[in-house]
Amino acid sequence: MTVDQSLADLSDTLFSIAVALYSVAVVAFSAQLAFGRRPAARQLVGAGAGGGTGDGVAPVETPSTARWGLIGLGVTVLGALVHTGVLLTRGLAAGRLPWGNMYEFATAVVLVGVVAFLVLAVRTPAVRDIGAFVLAPVVLSLVAIGLFLYAEAGPLVAALRSSWLAVHVSTAIIGFGIFFVSGIASVLYLLRVRHDARGDDAGSSVLSRLPGAATLDRIAHRTAVFGFPIWTFAVIAGAIWAESAWGRFWGWDPKETWAFIAWVVYAGYLHARTTAGWRGRPSAWVNVIGLVVMVFNLLYVNMVSTGLHSYAGVS
Amino acid sequence: MSTVAPPRPDAAPQPPARPSLGRRVLDLWLRWWRRLTAMRTAIILLLLLALAAIPGSLLPQRSLSQNNVTQYFADHPALAPWLDRLYLFDVFSSPWFAAVYLLLFVSLIGCVVPRLVEHVRALRAAPPPAPRRLLRLPDSAELTTPLAGPAALDVVEEELRVQRFRVVRREPGAGPADSAGSSGMELSAEKGFWKETGNILFHLSLVALLLGLAGGKLWGYEGSILVTEGQGFCNSFQQYDTYSSGPLVEGADLTPLCVDLEDFRAEYEEDLTASSYTADITYGAPGEDGRSTTIGVNDPLRVDGDRVYVTGHGYSPRFTVALPDGRVFEGVSAPFLPADQATMASQGALKLPDLGAGTDDQLALEGFFAPTGVLQGGILTSIDPRPLSPQVAIIAYRGYLGLDSGLPQSVYSLDQSQVERGRLAEAGRANLAVGESLTLDDGTAITFDGYAQFAALQFSHDPGQVWVLVSAISLLLGLLALLLLRRERFFARVGPDPGSGGTVLTVGSLTRGGGESAARFAELTDRLRTALDARSTQPPAPSSVGAAPEPEAPPRDR
Ligand code: HEM
Repeated sequence: MTVDQSLADLSDTLFSIAVALYSVAVVAFSAQLAFGRRPAARQLVGAGAGGGTGDGVAPVETPSTARWGLIGLGVTVLGALVHTGVLLTRGLAAGRLPWGNMYEFATAVVLVGVVAFLVLAVRTPAVRDIGAFVLAPVVLSLVAIGLFLYAEAGPLVAALRSSWLAVHVSTAIIGFGIFFVSGIASVLYLLRVRHDARGDDAGSSVLSRLPGAATLDRIAHRTAVFGFPIWTFAVIAGAIWAESAWGRFWGWDPKETWAFIAWVVYAGYLHARTTAGWRGRPSAWVNVIGLVVMVFNLLYVNMVSTGLHSYAGVS
Repeated sequence: MSTVAPPRPDAAPQPPARPSLGRRVLDLWLRWWRRLTAMRTAIILLLLLALAAIPGSLLPQRSLSQNNVTQYFADHPALAPWLDRLYLFDVFSSPWFAAVYLLLFVSLIGCVVPRLVEHVRALRAAPPPAPRRLLRLPDSAELTTPLAGPAALDVVEEELRVQRFRVVRREPGAGPADSAGSSGMELSAEKGFWKETGNILFHLSLVALLLGLAGGKLWGYEGSILVTEGQGFCNSFQQYDTYSSGPLVEGADLTPLCVDLEDFRAEYEEDLTASSYTADITYGAPGEDGRSTTIGVNDPLRVDGDRVYVTGHGYSPRFTVALPDGRVFEGVSAPFLPADQATMASQGALKLPDLGAGTDDQLALEGFFAPTGVLQGGILTSIDPRPLSPQVAIIAYRGYLGLDSGLPQSVYSLDQSQVERGRLAEAGRANLAVGESLTLDDGTAITFDGYAQFAALQFSHDPGQVWVLVSAISLLLGLLALLLLRRERFFARVGPDPGSGGTVLTVGSLTRGGGESAARFAELTDRLRTALDARSTQPPAPSSVGAAPEPEAPPRDR
């Protein structure tokens, strides 16, 4: 299988375009935040007081801020389409699924994060207010991926030639992408709670324009609840694959170890969120740690330690 | 959900007399047991488990690579023994790691078994009575209707039964609906038992999974061996290059199976990425006519719970050694281990202890094999993993190999201490292409004839594996039910409406899981309102129509 170089180049160009579009979206979402009026400061929501209706008071929408939000959303959709194109052309160029090395994997994870955000934002308008905070990390991640993880399109090594690649890696990507959004929501929740606790009414702070703490907490929890079974499945599928590729289903290879750590941390988060004494901030921290573990697993384990998962192809 | 249990009494009320010792021990035990099975403890244990796994990925582990551990000892001679004392090179089989997960599982069992009992009981019991203040529930509303109280509740009950709730009606303050059949003034309804079933299934599956893992560790074994084309091995610990086995494995229990490697092929893409390895093998019980099959990466041989894998491959250079006395040894060869997977540049040693008369004229070759060799400044390197132009660079030694010295030796390298002590002396060196020879000082001629391929094969036996797989699947199913389903309780109570003389219907619901409950509750109350309005414009139905409460009817799940 030869690599179609013109398609591979097209993929690289699309990558830059996607980054540019996301950057425009960051600007639009920031404009929405900046021009939005401060929400009526009538709420100081207790952590985790879920279930209620009126807790997520979004900034009072004026037509112009709503327009900025819609522009941001539209540009993000465009960016996501181009981003999908990056992976499609990669896959076509190399004649295989576009997640054979770390560059492709990380690019796909970010795409899932963007799509998860879009789905949330379309269904719950309050989520649009965190657009800038989702898209800015997206842009930063993509730039870092382009700079540090870039690998030429190429064929897969033998061990990766299995239909489990599709099953295991795509679910890992989806789980990771959803946890990405979840982790951001928890970070924003922590910022928001701190802001609320200070009773900071100056209104100058961007934080006061975020959705309410309870809404952020709920976004974080719902996404994690969605991501967790997917991640569980990815780990199980990985074990099944390892059984046929490496001769054992579990061997505490560094990647396996960190997947396990992440799984346990997310289980801890889901428990913590429903346990007295852990609700609110402590559980949000556990979720943030979960995301840190996921990122560590991607970067450190692929680039620094060596193990059976070292297909990263980073030079 | 709220998992805050109602505050448990911290200790039994102090009786006036000093309690007996047994009593105090029991109290203490109970207190600790409650603390261990509390959810807060479980979370801390979970996070501890995550923390405990970290050193297992940052430090080299014996279970993964004994070589890396040895290297670490060499690099950190002061630190390593201390780490070793803390089991930090065997984290996942260390007592402290086991302590964390065993405590966690005790906590889990202590937590889940009571829930299981409770759940089974709840399946048969009527939904709990309505809380006194319905308007305090997370979702609640008040509806007014001109209907009389019982008639209004009839409407609610009908609607709830359509939605597959289990419904029971009670007099306020009374126990379960009295068998007199009178319509009570309040109603409790419940659905979504699968959520809790999923929860219990999930947690019990974790226990089953752990048992499966433990079984595999106790009764499983694994052996690896390098097999050159045309040769084979039988499943016994004596034959393996390396093996590991659980404490309950007896050598005699090993599955009788022999495997012969007929042919091995490695295929490459244009950019020299390996695309596939396949090994044609025959296998069968010893003495049996073997069956043929092909195994490869991602495609092991599976027979009766045992598996045979290809885990690697390499080249065994072949030589002919012609001694000055006229004896000729053809086809002597040994596997050379790949030092670089990309070019398959390989290193190894060939020991010939039995050529001469005594132990002091043993012969050995140590060297380097390049499947596609090029000479750069007299140094042989490999530029391609395929055997396009095989070459070797060898050094021949003569002397005493030290094989019978009692110290273990690697078969893949010479014992350098023998060279240093001068007991093995170099007798010649050369770079050889196929067909070329090196003649030593005493006239011995060593001819490089070519190569054979070898495969690294691994035999694995893990009796817990299927058990683990089944547990993992049921774990996932339980998790999906637990996370995606919701459990709802719905309550309604009627009271007189002082304004209109009609009825005030207070409804409230308590939802566990499933995200937004407010929207669903609003939808349900809308539907109730419509139904109430429709009914109140009709002539009032007799209060004992169709969907009369059947408090004694066996509850339906969902
Ligand atoms: C190996 C350790 C454990 C793991 C991996 C684990 C994992 C999980 C997960 C992923 C959930 C779903 C959380 C959710 O509902 O959103 C859950 C629920 C639950 N777990 Fe565990 N668990 C473990 C141990 C325990 C222990 C020790 C207890 C009791 C002390 C416990 C009690 C519960 C309860 C009551 C729920 C239901 C929570 C709910 O319905 O929201 N678990 N568990």
